[in-house]
Amino acid sequence: MTPNPYFFIVIFIGVALIFPVIPLGLAWLWRRFFQPPKPGAEKNATYECGVESLGDAQIQFRSQYYLYAIIFLIFDVEAIFLVPFAVAFTGLPVGAFIAILVFLLLLLEGLVWAWGKGCLTWAR
Amino acid sequence: MSDIDEGLRGELQRQGIWVTSMQELYNWGRKNSIWPLQFGLACCAIEMIATAASRYDIARFGGEVFRPSPRQADLMIVAGTVTKKMAPQIVRLYNQMPDPKYVISMGACAISGGPFKQGYNVLKGIDRYIPVDVYIPGCPPRPEALLHAFMELQRKIDEQKLSGSNKAEHLRPDQPSEFPVPAFGAHDLEPAANADLFRPPEIQR
Ligand code: SF4
Repeated sequence: MTPNPYFFIVIFIGVALIFPVIPLGLAWLWRRFFQPPKPGAEKNATYECGVESLGDAQIQFRSQYYLYAIIFLIFDVEAIFLVPFAVAFTGLPVGAFIAILVFLLLLLEGLVWAWGKGCLTWAR
Repeated sequence: MSDIDEGLRGELQRQGIWVTSMQELYNWGRKNSIWPLQFGLACCAIEMIATAASRYDIARFGGEVFRPSPRQADLMIVAGTVTKKMAPQIVRLYNQMPDPKYVISMGACAISGGPFKQGYNVLKGIDRYIPVDVYIPGCPPRPEALLHAFMELQRKIDEQKLSGSNKAEHLRPDQPSEFPVPAFGAHDLEPAANADLFRPPEIQR
């Protein structure tokens, strides 16, 4: 009988459960029998490089930051795609070339838009 | 958990049986994976960095994983001048480390204020606020000295007891794991030292 082709996933889940549960269980037993827990206000405080933390972590970001996201996409993601494109340039079929041109055009459009909006001028 | 008779252990080893105790196993594991907290304060930190880099290679002793968070660190290497501005942060970092935790006081500055002892802004030794396990004299101590201190710490860990009345501090419920953080006073840190911890020897004249 051949095993179900998905049987290995069951094994996978089993191992994935046992693997963390054993150390956690051992740690729990260790705490129970040897090492008394010593929590404290300082110890449990939020870690902020040794400085007392101020305010709330659940703050709102200014929505204007979407500009940074767009510029990041244009310059960074584009660069990542351009490098393999440049490497494979001579061996590319026409279809792939046009596809990457369309992609570049889309990003270029974003750049022109950002430029027109004045995001690229240095804030004074 | 009781100590094994050395003669019996040697006898068994000759027969191909390796005997160990839980305490030995525990200390062996701990002493070979001491993760220091990643921070440096002054010139001594440069030597600490050199110790961590390939030439001196603290990884040979299991201490290469410098942790950027106190939650994952076992060892605090106070490497450099502790200013009074910085001292509360150091104590807070020490407090945030989980037990068991150790402190190496590296260099003249961390021990006593060193060359800047007369400075109005320099703490005269980090052992005023946190318990120090190993002191390294020098200005700065060479990387070999830090390695030596590391090995001394390993020796200390190796000798910690898992049970009994003289068991290791982190296993005793009555021993504190946190120490009070000093506050900025008008002229000095307040208190100027942790009186429970800092008992310098009286000088007999
Ligand atoms: S002991 Fe010397 S080398 Fe180390 S931090 Fe102080 S002044 Fe710098």
